[in-house]
Amino acid sequence: MSDVTNDVIAIIAKKKRVDKPNVELTDRLEDLGLESLDAVEMIFDLEEKFDIEISYNANTNNPRSEFETVGDVVKMIQKLVDKKS
Amino acid sequence: MNSLNRVVVTGLGAITPLGHTVPLYWEKLKQSASGLGPITAPGHEELTQKIAGEVKDYDPLKYFEDRELSTLDRFSQFAMIAAREAVAQSGLVFDRPLSLRTATILGTGVGGQNTLDDAFRRLYLEKKQRLFPLSIPRMMANAPASQVSMQHGLRGPAFVVVSACASATHAMGLAFQMVRSGAVDCAVTGGTEACVSFGTLRGWEAMRVMAPDMCRPFSKDRKGLILGEGAAVFVFESLDRARARGAQIFGEIVGFGMTADAADLTAPDIDGMSRAMIGALDDGGLKPQDIQYVNAHGTGTAVNDETETKALHQVFGEHAKKLAVSSTKSMIGHALGAAGALEMVATLMAIREDIAPPTIGYLGPDPACDLDYVPNTARPMKIDAAISNSFAFGGLNAVLAAKKFV
Repeated sequence: MSDVTNDVIAIIAKKKRVDKPNVELTDRLEDLGLESLDAVEMIFDLEEKFDIEISYNANTNNPRSEFETVGDVVKMIQKLVDKKS
Repeated sequence: MNSLNRVVVTGLGAITPLGHTVPLYWEKLKQSASGLGPITAPGHEELTQKIAGEVKDYDPLKYFEDRELSTLDRFSQFAMIAAREAVAQSGLVFDRPLSLRTATILGTGVGGQNTLDDAFRRLYLEKKQRLFPLSIPRMMANAPASQVSMQHGLRGPAFVVVSACASATHAMGLAFQMVRSGAVDCAVTGGTEACVSFGTLRGWEAMRVMAPDMCRPFSKDRKGLILGEGAAVFVFESLDRARARGAQIFGEIVGFGMTADAADLTAPDIDGMSRAMIGALDDGGLKPQDIQYVNAHGTGTAVNDETETKALHQVFGEHAKKLAVSSTKSMIGHALGAAGALEMVATLMAIREDIAPPTIGYLGPDPACDLDYVPNTARPMKIDAAISNSFAFGGLNAVLAAKKFV
């Protein structure tokens, strides 16, 4: 797995609220129990980790629909990281 | 024990994004004016957030001597300006006996945020070794209560109440209870906030709850809250005392309810909101159908407005559909610890003039928000009794009920 994948999985693993030993790319954020503040904290951690800016408004963005799975988050981050370099 | 006093309002003062006095502010509210605009606070160029409700055309030297300002953060200045207007309007002269029986109770969300921001900038950015000598007494959260008490020589109980966005309503509720119980004869009370500073805005940006352009409470396509600032201060007085001196009476405060959600730090809670509203109604001897107008907390976030609507349904039942519900935050933004006081001005004036101020920026109904929000235009209507809602982060809720004085 790429570094981005590992890092994203580590960040999401910190925020999950369900008892599941490994976070996988196919896991849905909803099934991991991520609540709205968890999502805001996740976005912050991702921005800090990758030195990127993620446009996100908790009123209009729904992380569970825009990023259904962990893999979706990885894709989004990879895109932003590629754009930066 | 003495019988309870009736509590009336004999003075109002305000400094707001829509004007520096109550008459100017209320006139603009009735005209559906917006006090929101481009942020001018230092450092704004770097912010993602571009819009806030700042107090505009504000020159502190119009209100204060230069040397006084070294002790006054912007939030204290606002409190003092609003208190001067309220006290002048009340016609009260605080001789020694009255000064001993007058409370000063104000709400604020954080404290002297501009002073704190300046201090941190100096220390961490400019690498200066020392701070201004009066940084601490400027930024302490109780500063506005101290400054207002000193300004008018008020020697009774004086303190500041801190409960985020419900601070002012908690402060006014306590003032109401103290005048009602006879613990004091008068109270100078309200709330103040000067939160449009770089550091505070960065904090709110990080929460991802601010709208980029407009605050549209209860509307479809609402995108969040907008910060505001300002202060509103009132003189609460026992009816007997106000009558005895022939004071002009602007309305009566009749009930106060407060609750804690004991649930989530930031997510609002129908039960906590409902119990606070019911508490205010019961305390004031009001039935739900006695209320015509609700000044909502109405922040413009997706979740607050939906939850508040559900709580209104729960409390008012069938009568909810007949209520006029509006959010003053649509016009001045969310002034956090001052919000409840700025909104109590709107509530009292609505009762006094029989006009419900509007919720501006309203684009159309959201299925989750199905009440009458007085969209975009003020409405003349009979208003005998109203409530004003304040629901804070931390799950702390406060509601005041007011009535036309007859």
